[in-house]
Amino acid sequence: MAREYLLTQSLPLFWCPGCGNGIILGALLRAFSDLGLAREQTVIVTGIGCFGKADDYINTNAVHGTHGRALPIATGIKAHRPELTVVALMGDGDCATIGGNHLIHAARRNVGVLAVVANNQNYGMTGGQASATTPDHKITATSPYGNPEYELDLCAVAEAAGAGFVARSTVYHARQAEKLIKRALETEGFGFVEVMSSCPVYYGRFNKLSSPTAMMEHWRDAVAGDELRTGILVDNPRADFARRYDAVRTAAAGSGDVSTTASTR
Amino acid sequence: MVIPMPGPVEFWMGNEAIVAGALAAGANFYAGYPITPSSEIAELAARRLPAHGGTYLQMEDEIASIGAVIGASLAGARAFTATSGPGFSLMQENLGLAYMAEVPCVVVDVQRSGPSTGLATRPGQGDIMQARWGTHGDVQPVVLCPSTVEQCYGLTHLAFHLSERLRMPILVLSDEIVGHLREGIAIDQDLQPVERKFPSCSPASYKPYQAGPDGVPPLAAFGSEYVFHVTGSMHDYTGFPTADPQVAARKNRRLLDKVELIRGELSELHRVHETDGGNGRRITIFSYGASVRACREGGSRLSGGGCRVTIVELQCVWPFPDDVIQKYGSDADVVMVAEMNLGQVRRETERALPGVRVHGVHRVDGEPITPGDIISAVRGL
Repeated sequence: MAREYLLTQSLPLFWCPGCGNGIILGALLRAFSDLGLAREQTVIVTGIGCFGKADDYINTNAVHGTHGRALPIATGIKAHRPELTVVALMGDGDCATIGGNHLIHAARRNVGVLAVVANNQNYGMTGGQASATTPDHKITATSPYGNPEYELDLCAVAEAAGAGFVARSTVYHARQAEKLIKRALETEGFGFVEVMSSCPVYYGRFNKLSSPTAMMEHWRDAVAGDELRTGILVDNPRADFARRYDAVRTAAAGSGDVSTTASTR
Repeated sequence: MVIPMPGPVEFWMGNEAIVAGALAAGANFYAGYPITPSSEIAELAARRLPAHGGTYLQMEDEIASIGAVIGASLAGARAFTATSGPGFSLMQENLGLAYMAEVPCVVVDVQRSGPSTGLATRPGQGDIMQARWGTHGDVQPVVLCPSTVEQCYGLTHLAFHLSERLRMPILVLSDEIVGHLREGIAIDQDLQPVERKFPSCSPASYKPYQAGPDGVPPLAAFGSEYVFHVTGSMHDYTGFPTADPQVAARKNRRLLDKVELIRGELSELHRVHETDGGNGRRITIFSYGASVRACREGGSRLSGGGCRVTIVELQCVWPFPDDVIQKYGSDADVVMVAEMNLGQVRRETERALPGVRVHGVHRVDGEPITPGDIISAVRGL
């Protein structure tokens, strides 16, 4: 049961009424339940931000790290113990703004970590400032006259960086989000699942989408009207870091290299 | 503490001895980013770790490097990284995470001349205060400074031991001279791999931040039977966040207390070199790292010249060994500090010896302090 992974003593969720993050958390825990993951063999890694506090509600192992650095921490865990299931839960700011470089290299390195990103197009926890996924012209706490910058397509970045599994859903499409997370967990290598989320208290209110219902309808209509591509966008897994590094270990052990000196110059 | 016993002899550079000391401690994970003058450590780790079933990861920057080290350590690894000044600066935030979350690891800083890019291939010792205060908030770092290749080996091994014993990052501050010079080293055959002391309670009752009298909570590892939650936010003994002022005060103080409790052991990490000087003026020179070597040579050349020189080689600079400073500085006629910075340890020495004039031998030109510098300084008094 998905409830087994929930730290019920931490409830109620601290997220605002109408926030989409709880839906993503539910999808994640249902996917865990479908796969029968053992909590001892599962590690959640989060950063800073609203979705970064999802670890307060999950009863597996967890690290709540520094802003933007969930993926390197997750990489270290997974590289040392590749048999563990390691999932990084991040917001758009944590993953792709401050964490952008780490997203690129986690995907490139193809470490078997799943990144689940709640994209609500602003920095919610700190009061609704602009992030790298705030669309141009939109109003935020730090773009009161309209955002002069353009938004980043996170799935495109993950794909370009070499991620073998890239998928997108929205909090309106909760069942789809659950299925995509489950598929990602079953796929070798770095997985990236972006779930468009709602921040009614800041982004929504600043941009005339102030009710949670209006924001849900926005996501429903964006997908139905083909403005937003969802579903599996990339399904091209290749050998993950663990498999590749096992080959390195074999080569190193077999090389008879007992050198104690650094490489020759 | 551990004085190496004679064994087989190798001819290594300091950076190589650091890797060998790490391997002797059971290091099985390295995540780093190349930077002069530490890159030999990364290269040797890339060769040797996989041969023993360990892992070498080249991360995209130093922030990611210390992040991966933290992750691997929480998953049970003996993890380390190496860098120099600019990379050390980048690591400060995640070092704070390691202090706050109490994650064992070893960070080597092979210092070079700064600030900023500075003289990238030349020696310096300007990171002493950064090692102490580089991360925000109150922490009590443990910083070891080797001055010989043998100490690179022994102090690195000790760093791994202390990191698990104190459940925190341990910093090894070497420098470009010690890192790159080669000398004979007798390998201590008795150094054992360092094991993590797992909790003894049942998994259901494990609290990752509940400490006993030594102030150090036992740490399990992800993937074991123990499930636990770690955070850089202020937290209570369960590892979950809290804003309770009493809990915050206790945690902050315990982070310092667990090091303070072994301060006496750490201040024993020094060596005293005395020269004959008859009844001449008693001169005490405190130094660390590569500068010790110049002091020893300069001091020995001064012997018999009308002054008695005592060189105190500090191997553990933080916590600052006030007792050692007072022991050798209180009765001296002249107290000096020799370092390749503008007074980072000299000021601490002044603090530990109120009312005593402390002379400094300082170089920040990318050149080593020489025996001649020491001799001139003493003769010029």
